[in-house]
Amino acid sequence: MRRFARLFAALDASTATHAKLAALKAYLAEAAAADAAWAVYFLAGGTPRRTVPTRVLREAALAASGLPEWLFEECYQAVGDLAETIAHVLPAPAAEDDLGLAGWVEERLLPLRGQPAATVRERLIDHWRVLDWPGRFLLTKLIGGGFRVGVSRLLVIRALAEHAGVDATVVAQRMMGYTDTDALPTAERFARLIAAGTDGPVAAGAPYPFFLAHALADPAALGAVADWQVEWKYDGIRAQLVRRAGQAWIWSRGEELVTERFPEIAAAGARLPDGTVLDGEIVACTDGRRPAPFALLQKRIGRKTLTRRILAEAPAAFIAYDLLETGGSDRRTLPQHARRALLEATLAHAAGPGLLLAPVLDAADWAGCAALRAEARARGVEGLMLKERAGRYGTGRTREAGTWWKWKVDPYSIDCVLIYAQAGHGRRAGLYTDYTFAVWSDDAPERRLVPFAKAYSGLTDDEFRAVDAVIRRTTVEKFGPVRSVTPSLVFELGFEGIQASPRHKSGVAVRFPRMLRLRPDKKVEDADTLARLRELLAAGAPAAA
Amino acid sequence: MSDLVVLRPEGLYCPAGDFHIDPWRPVERAVITHAHSDHARAGHRHYLAASPSAHVLRARLGEIRLQTLDYGAALDIGGVRVSLHPAGHVLGSAQVRLAHRGTVWVVSGDYKAAPGFAAEDATCAPFEPVRCDAFISESTFGLPVYRWQPQARIADEINAWWAGNADAGRASILYAYSFGKAQRILAMIDARIGPVYCHGATEAVNAAYRASGVALPPTLPAGAGVAADDRRRALVLAPPAAQGSAWARRFGEAADAFASGWMQLRGARRRQGVDRGFVLSDHADWPGLERAIAASGASRVILTHGQVAVMVRHLAAQGLDAQAFATEFAGEAGSAADAGAAAPGAAAGAPGAEVAAPASPAATAA
Repeated sequence: MRRFARLFAALDASTATHAKLAALKAYLAEAAAADAAWAVYFLAGGTPRRTVPTRVLREAALAASGLPEWLFEECYQAVGDLAETIAHVLPAPAAEDDLGLAGWVEERLLPLRGQPAATVRERLIDHWRVLDWPGRFLLTKLIGGGFRVGVSRLLVIRALAEHAGVDATVVAQRMMGYTDTDALPTAERFARLIAAGTDGPVAAGAPYPFFLAHALADPAALGAVADWQVEWKYDGIRAQLVRRAGQAWIWSRGEELVTERFPEIAAAGARLPDGTVLDGEIVACTDGRRPAPFALLQKRIGRKTLTRRILAEAPAAFIAYDLLETGGSDRRTLPQHARRALLEATLAHAAGPGLLLAPVLDAADWAGCAALRAEARARGVEGLMLKERAGRYGTGRTREAGTWWKWKVDPYSIDCVLIYAQAGHGRRAGLYTDYTFAVWSDDAPERRLVPFAKAYSGLTDDEFRAVDAVIRRTTVEKFGPVRSVTPSLVFELGFEGIQASPRHKSGVAVRFPRMLRLRPDKKVEDADTLARLRELLAAGAPAAA
Repeated sequence: MSDLVVLRPEGLYCPAGDFHIDPWRPVERAVITHAHSDHARAGHRHYLAASPSAHVLRARLGEIRLQTLDYGAALDIGGVRVSLHPAGHVLGSAQVRLAHRGTVWVVSGDYKAAPGFAAEDATCAPFEPVRCDAFISESTFGLPVYRWQPQARIADEINAWWAGNADAGRASILYAYSFGKAQRILAMIDARIGPVYCHGATEAVNAAYRASGVALPPTLPAGAGVAADDRRRALVLAPPAAQGSAWARRFGEAADAFASGWMQLRGARRRQGVDRGFVLSDHADWPGLERAIAASGASRVILTHGQVAVMVRHLAAQGLDAQAFATEFAGEAGSAADAGAAAPGAAAGAPGAEVAAPASPAATAA
């Protein structure tokens, strides 16, 4: 545990990639395989099922620190992170012990699940007592399930690859599914990650690392349109459909196995020949052809159990746009157009309910592309994808193998007023960065500001600090962590979609809202109105099928 | 019995003696706790401060009508017996003790109080508890999450970081407040590791410290440029405002760090955007505040700046008569609360506006 805590401290203390990589490699060189297995699991984003409810964690911290609840709450508001707050307020450790990370997780952490609250509290306090500050912080983070450190999965993969002397793409592929909740890490699984050899046998259901697109502002620099394969950019869940050994697996881009959540797609996958892997997008699809708004899919994502009714209301389909494997062979090094031909041949037999072929769009020139892009909103898609016809299928957000561009439609935008603010977490702890925005109601002259969206991204650190200062100065009331302010700041808010929503005061729900810019030139009175939101709603709703 | 210190628009005021303490508007007679700019402002007619602060005060405010008083010595002002006692904050920092008709009040200014009121900081006299009836205290770090490590441990961390950078052939830029923190660090470091350069703002204060008889290791002004050989092993001390400036880029590939009490929290550390954060403050941590307030023996405590509401409620829960003064003192620079200098689209307010109104114990302890 101490070794992993030291690694965490080193990763946390530095913002430099080379220093983080060096710390990771140093850890891998000295850690026992069973411990390294868990370290890689956590660093790559793995989260075991929750062992201790937050309430019990807080109770144990209050008991151990002797602080009154209100004071603990004040601390938490200032720190913005429960585990860090707890580590700060606990009394000094009594002794330290030498148990490794695997021992801590397997013998002490996981067995806490399902124990009576009183037992959990007692054991937590015992555990904290034998750990120094970094150890306590880390343990509590792991318990709380909020363990995040400034290390990307890609960097972990790079460290493993350099440690083992194995190609990074091979390690990336072996890492697929490693952080799956149902498969806990072991020394054996870790050994397989770093085994010598360049191309170990791909585990039966494993997907390939996803190839990611870059945002495009202007296609003019891309050369001839004929060099690019043009497709719609779908608004769904990026996924791979894997068909091997008589089974189908569906993996989302978060490397989560989601087969059970999309039974209709899994059933369609059974129509594919063995040894096939498709890349595409899961969308809700009510008419069997055309994607429905993302909100419909979201309805399903939230459900633990899929009732017959949900399946009928929001049927899902996999829109396939690339082919990574046929006949059990990796096709990623083929050029895009050749993969497309294989995809079309494969789908000629397999397409049907639950599995659709993404059309390739025709455009004579960039102006034609722009015209297509202008239709995107009405068609319920996010814009266009431009894929280099000669390009291979890369790993992650690389551009060496060829490039995928996403050319999204411009976001909707609206001028609105900041009315509530809440402090952020992590890097933004103690700084008011999460805002609620309002527009004017229509009933002049007594119009009111009606909240319609929350956003917490889009400003620079300096802008956040400046807005934070205004919020502190113009606070009217505090409700727990939330402050209401005297309206004084106008923002231009951007968002991707708009839906009617009876659950919201404003009657609309917007998708991916973020701050485009501060509008110091505008007065609060000049902000937009509910009527304007309703216009956007009417204009932007996908055409009825 | 009337209060010995009250809040006026000009600042803290002693009606019995007709003088102000650390006022933020020009007044006739100002008693100054220490030379930081939110406490010692220009424009007063008469200044009174502790003797060791004379050089620094003059370096910052130029020619002022300054009367100095040794620690422990007393002076009668309008029937009020005024004496100054070490606050342990920076060179020359003082608590102001006021005695009038059997009542004693102490205005602490800013202070730090190590366990046992030990002398950790080599550049100033340690905090000396003064018994009183009413204690006016800061509360910059008034939350239980703020607990400082012994200074020796932070010194080890800084020296190890510097030595590590020097071995890797890059300069170490350490951002620290130019008056107080920087000199404390100079007295903490192992100057054998490499040459030490200082930003002009820091170097000016160094000179005032040396003139006051404080021993500091040799430093070089960074303004004139840095020899290439030196650059690889140098420690560079600079005020936080230099971070990200063209000035900081002259040292080539360099590691940077920030020394402040705010670095205790990961969020603040990451927001600062430096490689390292050293938790080092000239303000009292939570145990230090409790320690100083308890040692004063005061039954009445008035908090001036920082985590005022929290401390008022905490002290009230212990049966003390606790209240707040809405002052314009800023506490340690770099806090989230006072970082927003240029606010867009809104009227400029006072720094430390976090403290909106004096909070009564009855209202906050409910």
